Amino acid sequence: MKPVPFDYHVPTSVADAVELLRTLPNARALAGGQSLIPMMNLRAAAPSHLIDLGKIPDLCGVHETASNLRIGAMTTQRSLERSAVVRRHCPLLGEAVDHVGHQQTRNRGTIGGSLCHLDPGAELPVAAAALEMTFTVTGPGGSRTMSFDEFPAGYLTTTLEPDEILTHIDVRKTLPHEGYAFLEFNQRPADFAIVSVAVLLTLDGEQVSQVRVVLGGIDYAPIRLLEAEATLTGNRLDDKAFEAAAAIAAAHPCEGDEVSPPEFRQHLAGVLVRRALRKALERTKVSVNA
Amino acid sequence: MPELYPVKIHVNGTTYERRVEPRMHLADFLRHEIDLTGTHIGCEHGVCGACTVLVDGASVRSCLMLAVQTDGRSVDTVEGVAAADGTLNPVQAALSKHHGLQCGFCTPGIIMTITEMRKESGGRQWTEDEVRAALSGNLCRCTGYQGMVDAALEVLTPLNLGRD
Ligand code: FES
Ligand code: FES
Repeated sequence: MKPVPFDYHVPTSVADAVELLRTLPNARALAGGQSLIPMMNLRAAAPSHLIDLGKIPDLCGVHETASNLRIGAMTTQRSLERSAVVRRHCPLLGEAVDHVGHQQTRNRGTIGGSLCHLDPGAELPVAAAALEMTFTVTGPGGSRTMSFDEFPAGYLTTTLEPDEILTHIDVRKTLPHEGYAFLEFNQRPADFAIVSVAVLLTLDGEQVSQVRVVLGGIDYAPIRLLEAEATLTGNRLDDKAFEAAAAIAAAHPCEGDEVSPPEFRQHLAGVLVRRALRKALERTKVSVNA
Repeated sequence: MPELYPVKIHVNGTTYERRVEPRMHLADFLRHEIDLTGTHIGCEHGVCGACTVLVDGASVRSCLMLAVQTDGRSVDTVEGVAAADGTLNPVQAALSKHHGLQCGFCTPGIIMTITEMRKESGGRQWTEDEVRAALSGNLCRCTGYQGMVDAALEVLTPLNLGRD
């Protein structure tokens, strides 16, 4: 047995889970356990009380409305990967999930767990930022919603209070004529990304009317490349535009480590942004013709 | 000392009732509580896949799941794969035929991953890329993977699916 001793609780409602988090000392919520349990096995995390969210039925599933998808925080990555609704209405999320871990971890890992763990190499926060997902969290005082921009607080840290849990995220349906792409670079498929990029693109005729460009792996949380978005908007997506956006990505200040230093990541950021824009552009054309 | 937690876990069709510490992961439960040592432990933090078992039919890393989380659920391990008289099942036989193992340390996890793929295949032919992606969750330091990819492709053809 690797972790330090702890007590285990399995609430069956969000209210009970929040109450346990509020009242028990050093308590932590457990989602799919694919990040927290390794940290506990390595004793990098040592909660005294583990609140397992796995038996709360309200937290699971993808619900479709006319313009939105509402995704329960405990929906597994594997069920997102296989969800026809996600593939059709939120293909960028589907493409990001394809890069998440292995099937053996996606069977347990959840979208909410990945977002709240907020690993800089994780794919789902990058997709969430590009798709402007809205987060709903519940605490002792009730529920509140926040945009992705308000969610990260630091390295592996969110703005959730210790007694709050993420219950679901809302994401608008991607329209058929929107182009999208999620790309990443790593040394082995299924590893965390060294750098990842998500692009969502709308054209008006030949011109870019709206574009989102988000990079992962260059800072503690996903970075929206506002400058590149501004440069692209209103213009044709030709080689010159790709180069301009790539240059902005490669010049963005960047964190790094010994294995993947900042210059390397910046180089990857430039290459990936160029490729992702090209792929997103191709997809706008495919959908227009279809 | 935290309270012991009563669990009832169905492993390979047999129900085991035990009282366990919450911090006991499923791999330790299998190996130490019910003496099923076929499930191997490599890294104990979710990297190597040696500990792969099926929980309610889905492959999981049993070092990343607590025994208490499998209370009331069914678990399949490598011990449940062969026939009672020891006759190898098609996955095991194909691995043997194609030299898909050398030291065998990774093999229980590999077998459970391929077993999940057979269950989920819907009778279609798997591509080599899909097989390699699935097996990338199981580290093997000996074989170079070619033999196990060949074995997996053999048992994942429509002709050979569903023959257990
Ligand atoms: S022992 Fe579980 S993944 Fe290595
Ligand atoms: S056969 Fe030795 S690790 Fe795979």
